[in-house]
Amino acid sequence: MTSTPTAPTPVIELTGVSREFRIGTHVVRALDGINLTINHGEMVAIIGPSGSGKSTLMNTLGCLDQPTSGSFVLNGQDVSDLSDNQLAETRSKQLGFVFQSYNLLPRETAISNVELPLKYSGGYSGKDRRSAAQTALDRVGLSERYDHRPMQMSGGEQQRVGIARALVKNPELILADEPTGNLDTKSSAEVIEMLRSLNEDDGKTIVVVTHDPEVAEAMKRIIAFRDGRIVEDRAVSHPIPISAGESEQ
Amino acid sequence: MNAALLLSTALASVSANKLRASLTLLGIVIGVSSVIAMMAVGRGAQVSVTSRISDLGTDLITVRPGAQALRFAFFGGGGNSDVLSLGDALSLKDEVFAPDVHLVAPENSFSGSAVVGSENTFVSGVGVTAEYLEARNLNMEYGRNISNVDVENVSLVAVLGSEISETLFAQQNPVGATMKISGREFTIVGVMESQEGTIFNPDNSVLVPITTAYYRINNGKGLFDSISVSSINVLASSENTVDDARLDISTVLRLRHELGAEDEDDFLITTQQDTIETLEGTQGTFVILLGSIAGISLLVGGIGVMNIMLVSVTERTREIGIRRAVGAKRRDILFQFVTEAILMTFAGGLLGVLVGWAIAYFGNGATVDGDIIETVIETHIAAIALAVSVAVGLFFGIYPAVRAASLNPIEALRHE
Ligand SMILES: Nc1ncnc2c1ncn2[C@@H]1O[C@H](COP(=O)(O)OP(=O)(O)OP(=O)(O)O)[C@@H](O)[C@H]1O
Ligand SMILES: [Mg+2]
Repeated sequence: MTSTPTAPTPVIELTGVSREFRIGTHVVRALDGINLTINHGEMVAIIGPSGSGKSTLMNTLGCLDQPTSGSFVLNGQDVSDLSDNQLAETRSKQLGFVFQSYNLLPRETAISNVELPLKYSGGYSGKDRRSAAQTALDRVGLSERYDHRPMQMSGGEQQRVGIARALVKNPELILADEPTGNLDTKSSAEVIEMLRSLNEDDGKTIVVVTHDPEVAEAMKRIIAFRDGRIVEDRAVSHPIPISAGESEQ
Repeated sequence: MNAALLLSTALASVSANKLRASLTLLGIVIGVSSVIAMMAVGRGAQVSVTSRISDLGTDLITVRPGAQALRFAFFGGGGNSDVLSLGDALSLKDEVFAPDVHLVAPENSFSGSAVVGSENTFVSGVGVTAEYLEARNLNMEYGRNISNVDVENVSLVAVLGSEISETLFAQQNPVGATMKISGREFTIVGVMESQEGTIFNPDNSVLVPITTAYYRINNGKGLFDSISVSSINVLASSENTVDDARLDISTVLRLRHELGAEDEDDFLITTQQDTIETLEGTQGTFVILLGSIAGISLLVGGIGVMNIMLVSVTERTREIGIRRAVGAKRRDILFQFVTEAILMTFAGGLLGVLVGWAIAYFGNGATVDGDIIETVIETHIAAIALAVSVAVGLFFGIYPAVRAASLNPIEALRHE
């Protein structure tokens, strides 16, 4: 699918966003006046050295954190000044978050982990929840793993449960902070392929933080961070799908 | 999150750590069950005593010799004025001075060995007049009552309680038979109906004419009027005139005993109402005592719950972060932890009620030190205990829950 020449709709608009952390008298500026627009249907890699502010950016985009200054407009709504409750609602409705360490509830089965976001938004019966969770798990190829607990699954499978959980409410935007950071090459490839397919086939907007250049090159746009600033922002003319299994570690 | 989901989530969390949860709620189980059991025993005792007292009739008034104060003990007694006599009793039959008195039944007591053939038993007996049976609400099984002719004639006749009759005569009707009491031969004229379970159980006593008890068994030498009596049973003309009758009695006896306006009574008048009130007062103290024990054990249990909830919040910091990240609001987390705490204390309370009821149920009729324990199970006490358990969960669960809810989602997610 190639992008049509209609006017792009922005999903994310950051204007002069800064985030400071105060530790005693010392101030760390994790984000330093970021201006950034990500449009509907984009697939973006965020790269940069450790401590450059990538996770801070993702937490802001994921409405888990708020900027110290600047404005963040998500799907046309300014979320920089929302209350704690409104932020929770936005997290629940507008986006899905995928974590490096999966962050599944260890005692719950795959299906019940995927159901979790639905439990915190009204209007779903137990049946609705179950069928939505099944659809999401089917989408990530885990039809055989509904009742497995995290401990009974491989890292790649756990991460796919994480993706299913991000997908279950069918949000526009998927954010993934180093989703392959804990995975071997083969599982990484599967996860990235999954994200690519969500972008290509389902039209989701995807933002992925990664340290892996191969993963970055598989995206359509790469933004590089250093010291809380964007130092590079380029389009990838020919995203290279990463090949699975070639360089098994 | 709706209530049903909240409950199932909390249930899952609590049951994930069953041993810990059970140990935590043990304190509450013990507190609640002991209160339920003790209340059942206390209430049982009260109900049975009250009903036994009511069996006697609430119009019964008892007059005993002796002052309320101890002054006679210090001054070596005030003549014979702290003794009641048969004359005192007869004076209460005065329709002018004591119009509200319906019936007067004086009694004195004796004891000695009773012999029938080779059967020998120790008896404690009562010297009575014909009115005694009515005053004490007793009935005859066989034969006749002691009559006032017997009293006048100082006759050697006796009426037996049902148990002593059985001891001495087995199943036979003893009317007409003779027995020896303290060496004198008595003719048995009647047997009383069994009154098992009443507060003044007459089954083991022997009734003889009051004059016979005084002159022939206790070897008294006084005149008829000065026969000393251990108490006088008086029936008021009705249940509503008990207080008036009491006043009549007091007036007549004070006159007879020549007490001045300054002097205290040298006799003690007790109505059934007095007895019931005294018992209820004791019961009140008992309830307060039990309440304090319950309060303390629930407090200890509550602190245990709070302790475990705080540990749980720390252990589950990451879980809290995950829930927050996928859309849980602060209040969702708050409610979840409060619900878990309440669930534990409610389960503890429920178990406590069941255990308490089981103790009360199986303890009913048990004997401890020769006393039969009766228990009365009351649902409102169980309801109160459950409500208090829930309140304890709410009170001690709220602080850990607030801590959980106020965690920052990002920091919670980073927690190892
Ligand atoms: N809660 C916090 N309190 C204080 N300083 C923080 C906090 N979170 C982040 N920082 C600081 O902000 C800077 C950016 O951190 P961030 O986690 O965004 O880096 P990153 O690019 O994700 O690094 P990595 O690649 O190692 O994950 C770092 O210097 C970090 O120490
Ligand atoms: Mg990071």
